[in-house]
Order: sequence, then structure tokens, then C-alpha cells
Amino acid sequence: MASHSPDQYYVPDSSYYPFACSIALFFIALGGAFLLNDVSAGPTMMGIGFAVMGILLFLWFGSVVKESPEYNMDVDRSFRMGMSWFIFSEVMFFAAFFGALYYLRQLAIPWLAETELLWPGFEASWPSAGPIGAELVTNGDPDAAAVMEGTKYSLIDPLHLPLYNTLLLLTSSVTLTISHHALRDDKRKAAIIWLALTVVLGVVFLVLQAEEYIVAYQIHGLTMGTGVYGSTFFMLTGFHGFHVTLGAFILLVVLLRMMKGHFSGEKHFAFEAGAWYWHFVDVVWVGLFIFVYIL
Amino acid sequence: MSHAAAHDHHDDHDHHMPTGFRRWFMSTNHKDIGTLYLIFSLAMLMLGGAFALVIRAELFQPGLQYVDPHFFNQMTTMHALVMVFGAVMPGFVGFANWMLPLMVGAPDMALPRMNNWSFWILPFAFSILIISFFVPGGAPASGWTLYAPLTIQGGMSVDMAIVAIHMMGISSIMGAINVIVTVLNMRAPGMTLMKMPMFVWTWLITAFLLIAVMPVFAGAVTMLLTDRHFGTAFFNPAGGGDPVLYQHIFWFFGHPEVYIMILPAFGIISHIIPTFARKPLFGYSSMVFATAAIAFLSFIVWAHHMFTVGMPLQGELFFMYATMLISVPTGVKVFNWVTTMWRGSMTFETPMLFSIGVVFLFTLGGLSGLMLAITPADFQYHDTYFVVAHFHYVLFAGAVMAMMGGTYFWLPKWTGHMYNEKLGKLHFWLTAIAFNITFFPQHFLGLAGMPRRYADYNPIFTEFNVMSSVGAFCLGFSQLLFIYIIISTVRGGKKATAEVWDNPEGLEWTVPSPAPFHTFDTPPTVK
Repeated sequence: MASHSPDQYYVPDSSYYPFACSIALFFIALGGAFLLNDVSAGPTMMGIGFAVMGILLFLWFGSVVKESPEYNMDVDRSFRMGMSWFIFSEVMFFAAFFGALYYLRQLAIPWLAETELLWPGFEASWPSAGPIGAELVTNGDPDAAAVMEGTKYSLIDPLHLPLYNTLLLLTSSVTLTISHHALRDDKRKAAIIWLALTVVLGVVFLVLQAEEYIVAYQIHGLTMGTGVYGSTFFMLTGFHGFHVTLGAFILLVVLLRMMKGHFSGEKHFAFEAGAWYWHFVDVVWVGLFIFVYIL
Repeated sequence: MSHAAAHDHHDDHDHHMPTGFRRWFMSTNHKDIGTLYLIFSLAMLMLGGAFALVIRAELFQPGLQYVDPHFFNQMTTMHALVMVFGAVMPGFVGFANWMLPLMVGAPDMALPRMNNWSFWILPFAFSILIISFFVPGGAPASGWTLYAPLTIQGGMSVDMAIVAIHMMGISSIMGAINVIVTVLNMRAPGMTLMKMPMFVWTWLITAFLLIAVMPVFAGAVTMLLTDRHFGTAFFNPAGGGDPVLYQHIFWFFGHPEVYIMILPAFGIISHIIPTFARKPLFGYSSMVFATAAIAFLSFIVWAHHMFTVGMPLQGELFFMYATMLISVPTGVKVFNWVTTMWRGSMTFETPMLFSIGVVFLFTLGGLSGLMLAITPADFQYHDTYFVVAHFHYVLFAGAVMAMMGGTYFWLPKWTGHMYNEKLGKLHFWLTAIAFNITFFPQHFLGLAGMPRRYADYNPIFTEFNVMSSVGAFCLGFSQLLFIYIIISTVRGGKKATAEVWDNPEGLEWTVPSPAPFHTFDTPPTVK
């Protein structure tokens, strides 16, 4: 059914997207499990799954965009609530990794150091790659041979790339807010320019983050395998980077839609949802900067 | 209240019901999606039950009879995964889909296409889990908790379980978002929060729990995956990690998960008991606050699942006292149900029998839970059949029997036909008696020291195991009667009235039976 009167809640007509997306998800998941276990069909399955999922999500979101003039304020509120709770679920996902960081650093490492029989001579400290992990070199770069062997590693200076990245992301939140205010005042051109700037800042962040990973692996000898420090460092910053990628993509789509003349000063849920998401990844970054890089 | 709302036609006559593939695979209708969820849940109940019967057949006598120990471990693992994520959780989502829009006077769930996606992910996720039986090494055999380091060493099936869990998590989170948004945004005018039916309240809080903890579980299994394949050391002490960390993260999810599986059950029986006691629910607002209190406490008791793992004494004490605190709001609920029945004009139709069964048997499970909460005592009970008995009293006699009661209660509303009351009562008595024969002896086994998850046991445990196995087969085959009753009620039977029962309360009884394809297109007004 589709009740089109504005005082009624919009209930969409039946749709093949959910069922088809489930099949695509099945291919991605099973293909992923196969890929990790060297089953030859894995990469193909996963590739097909991602491609089909991409097409379907494009069509699905496309039909939502087409229907959107028929949404009344109740539907708009449903979307807002839905997005807020989705972001809450993301917060809890990151909480698991921050919790792991806290536990490993404050509890697991000290307890390990207490077990003299198992790990004689292991001192509790942070960062740590664990009793048999690589050795931390605090001043200067470790020598290249030791890095290659994985026996030594050093840390990334939080006051260089990470600090620039912090400033980039914080600035991007400001530019995004300026764009939002411009959109609300129907100053479309200014809104487009400030949003484009936000996307550019996000992309620069990602480029610098990639650079940091390369430096970490090649010069600092800091890898995912560098014990719990490497594990927590790369998992937290990696998942954050993935979320920035997603957030930048959302904002890019919003930007393209804005250039096509979508949205009005009053009604622009997609913009706001993307903005909330962007501020969320920003806040996570501030947490990372403090707890992963500085402390 | 008039029935006009249900028959509201509007100008564009596109109100017809789609058929065939379009209706069942492309649905945006909360009732059809609810039906799909309920059928899926029932199918998984049978599958998980079949796994359980393999376990009980093997344990009928000491020694190895039918299966090798590795396959036995696969059975215990898959039984739990299928029952928890396939039978109980989707079952309650099915009830939520069917009943929440009817109870709050909404035309549908708030996000109907996403609703359908939440459902269709599940059959595919469980396909992956079932396919894992046929990969080298067989299905996951680590227990449903997937503890590291065992799962770090496991075969390909562990990865399949992990991706399946990710899919179930996506499904649960989307379903929960849909429930919260529907309840908070789509209530009929006049239905304030404190006028909401109890089932709506319990599901609102359950949905909050789901959104809060499913991502944490996703994080835990992601760490497992990277430890297995990408060289991280979260659970590997050589790299500074700790397998106990996995247990902490898992149970931070796992304990709220326990309440995710029981709170909607509380909601269902809070509808059934007042109907057949012909009295309003006693202490409605205390019921609401007790539910919220249980949800809050569920976040600070997780480590009682791991008392024996070696925690600091302060930790053991904190988690012991916090756990015992849960018995306060739970007690409030039990006393409220009993007080609702007190001096009521009681009749004992099948839904009421199941509800009274739930109150009695769940309370027994709650009491054994109180015993397990006592840290020093738990050192004796931990990982014994006492724990198995405990959680089957709360999960089967609590969650599953409440769903059965709810099925009989609302089946006339769903199908338009009355079920066969004699057969329904027979089903209840068979289930209740067989359940107790199966699980009551397991208390004694556990107290005597029989460990769980073993294919073989000391011959001194034989008698109670024989009883338990006989009961399990009776319990399993009794459920065929349940399926027969459902099918025959769908096909025909005495016509049900709109009210079905004697003056029940709630908007769902103001629409005809069976509930029309579209209800409350124009919201009713609640006084």
C-alpha cells in the first residue's frame, strides 16, 4: 500500500531490496569466511556480494530520495530517531575496543608481570608488545634490520601527524556546521562550498592516516602484530578510519545531491544524518588522540 | 472503541493484499513479517531441539554410544546458538512485529523495508551456520560462548560462526531500532508512555539492551577474527593479551542478552494473567520501573558468569552483591503477577496455564540463580549441570513457555480461529511435566558434581541422566502437538470474535479477528 495523503504515515510498497540485500550479505559473509581459509571461491563470492550490495543500496537509497517529498514530519522523525540509535550502536562498538584497551593496559599487563614463573623478567609498562613481543625503543628510530625482524619498534610522535589530523577533523566539524547554517538560510552556494571543503578535509585526513600507517610499518616497526599495543592501536585507528571513510562518502553523496538541487532550508534529513555521523567520528577521534596517542 | 479504524478505506484503492512471492519475500507489512519471524523461530526451535535430543540420546547411559565427543561438542554449541539466536530472539521479534503496531495503534512498524531486511538476514545467517557442519573439522565445537583461546585454534567453522554472528547482529540492531522508533514515534494520540501496554514497555527496554550490547558482541568476535588471521594479540598472553578479556567482553554482551530473552516474556504474561484473572495488572508502574531496574542492573553483573576465572576479591564481591540485587526487581514482578491473580475470577485456558507455569517455574530458575550468585558456592556449581538446569528453567520455562502461552493467547487474533482448547491444555501438561522430568534431575546431577559439555560421565550419575533423557524425548515430541494445533488453527476452527477472550484490555482486541491486512491507517484515540 502507499497512503499518499500528507496526514498519514508513509508505508512503502512491497520491495525486493531487503531480500536481495540479504542474499548479497550472504555472499559477502560466506565469501569472507572462505577467503580467510583459502577456499578458492572466496574472493569471487565476496566480490560479487559487494558489487551487488553496492548496486542495491544505490537503488534503495535512490527510491527513498524519490519518495521523500511524500514523507510527513512523522516519517522524518522516525528517520531521525533511527539514525540516532544507529549512532548509539556505533558508540557501543567502539566502547568494546576502548574497554579492551583499558583492560589490557591497566589490568592484563600488570597481572602478567606478576606471574614470575611464566614470564620471568617481564616488566609491566605501556606501551607493551607483551612478554615475547618486540622491544620498545623510546628515543629515535630502531635500526632497519631490527624492524624487519620484528624485534624492535618505536612510537609515533603524537605531536606530528596525529596532531595535524586532530586539527583537520576539528576544523572539518566547523566547516560542516557553517555549511549547515548556510543551508538553513537557503544560501545554497555557500552551503555547497563549505560542505565540499569538509569532504576535502576528510579526504586529507584519510591520506595522512594512510601515510601514518606506512610510516608505522616501515620505519617504526609498529604493526598489528606488535603485541597488544599494535593490536589496540591499529584496530581502534583502523575502525575509526573506516568510519571516516564512510562518513566522507555520506557527505559526498549529500554534496552531489545538494548540487543537483535537493534539500530545502527546512527539510534536509540526509544532510543532518550525515552531519551527526561526522561529528560522531570526530568525537571518537578526540578519544583516540587522548587515549591511544597521548596517554 | 469502534472498529471503524480497521476498515478505513481511502481513495486510491491500492489496498489489496499482494500474493505469492511478492507477499512473502518483498513484504513491508508488519503482520506478514511477524508471521515469517514466528515460523522461522518455530523451525529453529525444532532444529535446536533435534540437536538437544542428540545430546540427550548420547547421555542416556555412560560411555560413548552414538556420536564421538567432537560431534557431541558441536551439538552443544549449535543447540545453544540456534536456540538463542534462531528460536528465542526471532520469536520475540515476531511477537513484537505482530503486536506492537496493534497495541500502540500504528499503521505499521516505523521503518517497514528495514523490518523486512532484519528478517531476511536471519535465514541466510543460519544457512552459514548450518553449512559449517560440512566444512573440514565440522561445526563450531567451543560452546556458544566461543571462548578464546579454544576458538583461536579452531577451524574454518569458527570464522563461519563469526560472520554468521555479525549478520545476526545486524539483523537484531535493525530490528531493535525499528521497535524503539515505532514505540517512541508511532503511538496513537493519547497513549502516553505510562499508558503503554506492558508488552510494549518490556520490548522498548529490550530493544535498548539490544542496541547497547549487540555491537559489543560484534567487537568481541571481531577481535577473535583478527587474533585468528591478522596477528593481533588481544587474547594471547605472549603478546600481552588475556583470554579472560574475551570473557569480560562476551559477558558484557551476554548478561544483558539474558534479559533480552526474558523481558518480552515478562511482557507477554503481564497481558495474559490480567485477562484470565479478570483484574487489571497489579502495580503497573512498579512493573515498568522493575523492568527498567533489571535492564540497568544487567550491565553491572556480567562477571558472575566467570567467578572461577581468577578475579580480584573486590570484583567477586561486587558482582556477587550486584547479582543478588536483581532478585529485588524480579521479585517485584513475581509478586505483582501473584497479586494480580489474588481473588481474581480465574479461569484456566491454555494461555493462562502456560503463564502460571512460567511464574512458578521461572521463579524456581530465579532461586537457583540466587544460589549461583553466591560466589563461594558458585565455585562448586560452576560449569556443572546445576547451571544447565538453572538456565533451562529460566529460558525454556521462562522465555519459550511464555511464547507458547502468547501464541495461544493471540493465535485467534492472528488466524481468526479458536484453537482446540482440549489439545492446548494437553500440550501444556505434556510440556510442563516433561520439562520438569528433563531438567529437575539436572539440579541433583550438578550438585553431585557432573560437569556440563561432556559426552561421557561417571556411572554414579546414570539414574538421573536416564530420567533426564526420557523427559527430553517426551518434551521434544510433545512439541509436534504444538505444531499440529497451530496448523489446524490456521486452517480452520471455531470463528473467533474481535475480543476473543472475556473483556480483554488493549487496542489489539478492537480490530476484527483475524486482524485485517492493514490496521489503524488512521490512528485511534486513547482515552
